[in-house]
Amino acid sequence: MVEKLAEFVANGELDAEFIHVESEHSALSAVVGASAAGARVFTATSSQGLLLMYEIMHIASSIRLPVVMSIATRAISAPINIWCDHSDFMAASDSGWIMLMGMNAQEAHDLVIAAYRIAEDPRVLLPVAVGYDGFWISHTVEPVYVLEKEEALRYAPKRVTWRALDPEKPVTMGPLASPEWYFEFRVQLQKAIEGSRGAISEALREFGQHFGREYREVDGFYTDDADVVLVAMGSVTGTAIPFAEEARKAGLRVGVVNVRLFRPFPEEEVFKHLENAKVVAVVDRAINPGSPFVGPLYSDVAVTAFKRGLDIPVLNYVTGLGGRAVLRSHLEAMVKHAYGFVGKRMRDVETHYGFVGVRE
Amino acid sequence: MSSFTIASIPREELLAPGHRMCQGCGAAIVMRHLLKALGKDVIIAHATGCVEVTTSLYPETAWRVPWIHVAFENAAAVASGIEAAVKAMKRKGLLSKEKRVKAVAIGGDGGTYDIGLQALSGMLERGHDVLYVLYDNEAYMNTGIQRSGGTPLYAWTTTTPVGKLWRGEWRRKKDIIGIVRAHGVSYAAAVNFAYITDFYAKVKKAAEIEGPAFIHAYSPCVPGWRHEPHLTVKIAKLAVQTGTWVNYEIERGTFRVTTPVPKRLPVEEYLRLQGRFAHLTKEEVDTVQRMVDEDVEYINRLAGTVVIGPVERKS
Ligand SMILES: Cc1ncc(C[n+]2csc(CCOP(=O)(O)OP(=O)(O)O)c2C)c(N)n1
Ligand code: SF4
Ligand SMILES: [Mg+2]
Repeated sequence: MVEKLAEFVANGELDAEFIHVESEHSALSAVVGASAAGARVFTATSSQGLLLMYEIMHIASSIRLPVVMSIATRAISAPINIWCDHSDFMAASDSGWIMLMGMNAQEAHDLVIAAYRIAEDPRVLLPVAVGYDGFWISHTVEPVYVLEKEEALRYAPKRVTWRALDPEKPVTMGPLASPEWYFEFRVQLQKAIEGSRGAISEALREFGQHFGREYREVDGFYTDDADVVLVAMGSVTGTAIPFAEEARKAGLRVGVVNVRLFRPFPEEEVFKHLENAKVVAVVDRAINPGSPFVGPLYSDVAVTAFKRGLDIPVLNYVTGLGGRAVLRSHLEAMVKHAYGFVGKRMRDVETHYGFVGVRE
Repeated sequence: MSSFTIASIPREELLAPGHRMCQGCGAAIVMRHLLKALGKDVIIAHATGCVEVTTSLYPETAWRVPWIHVAFENAAAVASGIEAAVKAMKRKGLLSKEKRVKAVAIGGDGGTYDIGLQALSGMLERGHDVLYVLYDNEAYMNTGIQRSGGTPLYAWTTTTPVGKLWRGEWRRKKDIIGIVRAHGVSYAAAVNFAYITDFYAKVKKAAEIEGPAFIHAYSPCVPGWRHEPHLTVKIAKLAVQTGTWVNYEIERGTFRVTTPVPKRLPVEEYLRLQGRFAHLTKEEVDTVQRMVDEDVEYINRLAGTVVIGPVERKS
């Protein structure tokens, strides 16, 4: 990612300051500083680098800076492992950032452009992270339409929509807030991210109008009449969609939900695809050890269903950790297992989660 | 250094009164004069610490210049980003090319010697046009006087208490300017506000230089050093007169002591005004004296002549 950007800058194709930081912590700190000074900024990271940035992620969102970052989602240590899962992305999901997840290389590219529209929207002013599966997307070859600079700027023109550090109009950013004020800051952050949904929809819709590729917060495939709905994020949905088509030929009515917007979690859009299901199967590529949910995507889907009184089994399949491939056979195993719960209710489920594709 | 006189100190206060720094706080004097010396066209990135919390309590601020605090260890990285942004926006015509806006990072000793050392090194190495100001009160004051890499030998702190086995800090203060110098920066200087014209001259020079510059500012702390609030400037002066603190600068590799001390006072005179050294025995004071003697010898070697003289004992 940054190597390509370095080439662009080295060739004069991108007029930017390229800061060769000594760590990811400084990378995010530097873009926070640059954004506060009024510049459009970008950084990218993965895995341990994202964990090192974690402290500053919260600060970027709470100072309300429109930083854009992409994350090639990867496993976290120990053991050290450089391959794909969603442990890093999920660990950052409480940091007040808007989070999108691309399901292929084109989306990894397009969503970054859309991210600027969202982040810098004066109704939003929040940092945006765009995830895409490490290795499965970041290190495989796929043809991608690359937007021309002018096209991208027409869609997302650079305007300083936020308060910048300027000697003509001095402001203080990142102050100390006592118990008398801190709470209000945090509530403002929650309100800002909750209130960003309209701007996000608009940015995605207009992306479609400009470039012909329209993205939604959530995609549903065959969910109208599905018995088992698989809910997933990232490249695994690229396996799940053809799998669902195949399964249907064999008489298994499978639907697939791709969650593209993870923060703020688009509950209504997700729920729309669950209401007619008999069993929901959430595919997670991370574990939140010791939580009653186990899978982090599961927790959001389960709460979404629970809040709306959907009393069907919502199951969790954790798979593909540390770069293990998620094959159609794995999805088939999940669906077959889930079929065993058709007609049951959540309280009938003894163990709501399982690991797929792991040694016994 | 003599071109700058007391009369040339600007009247305008860019650090507003009403901040919450303690009475007699050395850092408050550093900040006030630092801002006067820098003027308005700066953007400040401040590390977490005593000064940051006492000057920015929402909804008030003491800063009449643009100012941002992000975290404890990253002031140099934040300032790097500010500088890069200003540069890019000027190139693109989004900011006026005429006006120089200087990015300034400010950190305490904890934020500089310890947790922020890596970000500082990166900033210096990359050659950003950033002035880094270390105000050194020789411990983590904000969080309750814990020792840092800048804490001097034998100083009592809450993590180097005086007990049956411990006698306060048992390691020597790290040579921070030596570390900065190893990055090949154009300008690094040690300043002490008891020598205020020297302070101004150096800050101005550091700010004017294109590229990274470093100012190490001496900063007594009333509760941390356990001294009387009215003694701050006296202690600061004694630090120089005893050779404990040396005012010097390194400009493009050339080392120069800016406050020569032909005759030094015994270090005891400096130590005895501070409760953090109250437990020292005669032998321990002698050890500190020997350490200062060694440091002075090193300074004189760098200067190539005796700029800091021997101790003169009043009998
Ligand atoms: C990563 C991190 N660790 C610890 C803290 C808590 N903390 C805030 S300020 C501070 C000490 C600051 O010491 P120093 O840099 O010497 O500044 P001073 O308060 O002495 O002026 C600490 C430990 C923090 N904010 N961030
Ligand atoms: S604790 Fe020390 S550094 Fe902090 S405001 Fe008081 S005197 Fe100044
Ligand atoms: Mg300190």
